[in-house]
Amino acid sequence: MTAYLIRDARVLGGEPTGILVRDGVIAAVGANLDGGDAEVVDATGLIALPGLVDLHTHLREPGREDAETVESGTKAAAMGGFTAVHAMANTDPVADTAGVVEQVWRLGREAGYCDVHPVGAVTNGIRGETLAELGAMADSAARVRVFSDDGHCVSDAVIMRRALEYVKAFDGVVAQHAQEPRLTEGAQMNEGEMSAALGMTGWPAVAEEAIIARDVLLTEHVGSRLHVCHVSTAGSVEIIRWAKSKGIQVTAEVTPHHLLLNDTRAGSYDPIFKVNPPLRTPDDVTALRHALADGTIDCVATDHAPHPVEAKETEWAVAAMGMIGLETALHVVQEAMIETDLLDWAGVADRMAYAPARIGRLSGQGRPIEAGAPANITLYDPSPRRAVDPAAMTSKSRNTPFAGLSLPGRVVATFLRGRPTVLEGKLQ
Amino acid sequence: MNRHLISAADLSRDDALLILDTAEELSRVADQSVKKLPTLRGRTVVNLFFEDSTRTRISFEAAAKRLSADVINFSAKGSSVSKGESLKDTALTLEAMGADGVVIRHGASGAPHRLAQWVRGSVVNAGDGTHEHPTQALLDAFTMRRRLGNLEGRRVTIVGDVLHSRVARSNVLLLATLGAQVTLVAPPTLFPVAIGTWPCEISYDLDAVLPKSDVVMMLRVQQERMNAAYFPTVREYSRRYGLDAERMARLPDDAIVMHPGPMNRGVEIAAEVADSVRSTIVEQVANGVSARMAVLYLLLGGSEPAIGKEVSA
Repeated sequence: MTAYLIRDARVLGGEPTGILVRDGVIAAVGANLDGGDAEVVDATGLIALPGLVDLHTHLREPGREDAETVESGTKAAAMGGFTAVHAMANTDPVADTAGVVEQVWRLGREAGYCDVHPVGAVTNGIRGETLAELGAMADSAARVRVFSDDGHCVSDAVIMRRALEYVKAFDGVVAQHAQEPRLTEGAQMNEGEMSAALGMTGWPAVAEEAIIARDVLLTEHVGSRLHVCHVSTAGSVEIIRWAKSKGIQVTAEVTPHHLLLNDTRAGSYDPIFKVNPPLRTPDDVTALRHALADGTIDCVATDHAPHPVEAKETEWAVAAMGMIGLETALHVVQEAMIETDLLDWAGVADRMAYAPARIGRLSGQGRPIEAGAPANITLYDPSPRRAVDPAAMTSKSRNTPFAGLSLPGRVVATFLRGRPTVLEGKLQ
Repeated sequence: MNRHLISAADLSRDDALLILDTAEELSRVADQSVKKLPTLRGRTVVNLFFEDSTRTRISFEAAAKRLSADVINFSAKGSSVSKGESLKDTALTLEAMGADGVVIRHGASGAPHRLAQWVRGSVVNAGDGTHEHPTQALLDAFTMRRRLGNLEGRRVTIVGDVLHSRVARSNVLLLATLGAQVTLVAPPTLFPVAIGTWPCEISYDLDAVLPKSDVVMMLRVQQERMNAAYFPTVREYSRRYGLDAERMARLPDDAIVMHPGPMNRGVEIAAEVADSVRSTIVEQVANGVSARMAVLYLLLGGSEPAIGKEVSA
């Protein structure tokens, strides 16, 4: 295996130093390293981050290979600086058996661009009625630790309680898509001033907050571990902050789009901005940024949701919900958190690599850049700014809400266990 | 004026007054034995109706025909749309046929916005979902002006399902532009949560508002709201928010009663109110043709004067 000497990289934004990568691990970090025959990568001006980890990715395979495949989605992930993604369970068939999660895991291994950790469904067919074989998925080759019916809320309190209890046996976590179903029937966008003016059915903040409040109390009661997917409201932040202060084992994620965009975008009626949970108000965006900065929200997760063109070139009401995000996540986080001085690069490493790996119980990912760690490294140039071009995406889909928006930064290289998946900004 | 009429908010005060003045001129055509002007001869207007609405469609059709436009009626039922064709492909088809104007009625809020991105012709919103119905607001303002004169400072009360009403949204916007004072009355369940940001007053008490109203406009209670816990029963709704003869007696002497139709007699409006001399409900229908003629003329007609040319049909 080729060795690489990464020269003059600013590890987590610090002073320039060298990183020697050999046999899939970081052999040494420091100035004046002797790389021997190692291939030299000039990282002058670049920031070195641990390979990013996404807790929430829709790879669409099996079932909707027209929108994304494991291969195309992991290529997009590598281009975005990721070395591990969690593949959500709402495929067709649903990832609710050991067979399906092993298939997805194997497709990830064969593609080789990024580690793929399948998320198992909590309930059979994500119908919310009966528990899927969580233990079989945990014991499978895919070693599933994160379980989610994402796209649907586990709204039945008894099923949620049982799932939380059951996953304790293998240190699993239930990742809840918090959406009270009756309060959100036919919901199209955030309920508020914009939905009132636009005449669209509202998705009230309370429908998210009520489920989170219930679930943190259930989690405390049964002594388990809860992860809250795509937190979108200021009220949810308050509940999670309270739960953490009580010592409840709850973690939470926020998406890049909820950190940057708000519900005024719906005024165009362009469903490129239609997503679940919906874009919220500017005040919610501010609260989410501060919660990510102070650690109330543990991590950034993309909720990368590819859809074919025709699913978005429609009236708002019939359009698919979701937006792609793997290739823009780090740029959006730089814009929303670094440029605003809310986080430094060490903070970004925590929120986009260490924390999600910890929540997903991944051992070989989300480790600091130091000798002996697996060589999962992202080299990032924070200086250039450019307009987001949907046509330039590596993902099979083009549904980015950031099209035309000027965002900072460029992923120059991604190393997965010492092997470059991206070099000089190009997929290897 | 904008190329399209999608929201009442698209209209400046000058635009709105121009449309209303033009509608007044064009209404004289209806009094002639030959009810036709040559102004839009050779222009094609497509009525693109994804929802059944015979009243609105024939109103637009009559308006376009009185201006000598060629009219194509395209209804979703029995067309390619019912076979799953997308709005975009329908739009491209109309574009290829050279539609100068597209009048669209659609069940999804914002569908006219989307259509306007895909066609070159002018788009007129004939009602989109629970969003807006701007030509209804124009014909309502036209009716009020005829009965009451200048609308500046006039007090207009709109009663009913504001949450789901495209008529209420467009009326609030247009009437605010024209300087009227609007009060919306409904049970709290039928207001949007952010109603406080609208340019109008709100009340839950119809009896308190009626004596201070120059116009009271009753909105239709949709069948599908009746069993969705917005109010306990139809009878209770009718008792608290329906306009019967006793309530009508609380109105000032010259106040008028309006309804966009179709009415639920005995629910939001009693038969004797609907048929009273204060009621403008039938006038509204006639005025609808004039208001829509004005809109089509101003959007499609270019610089030629609306009337004064020889009637040649």
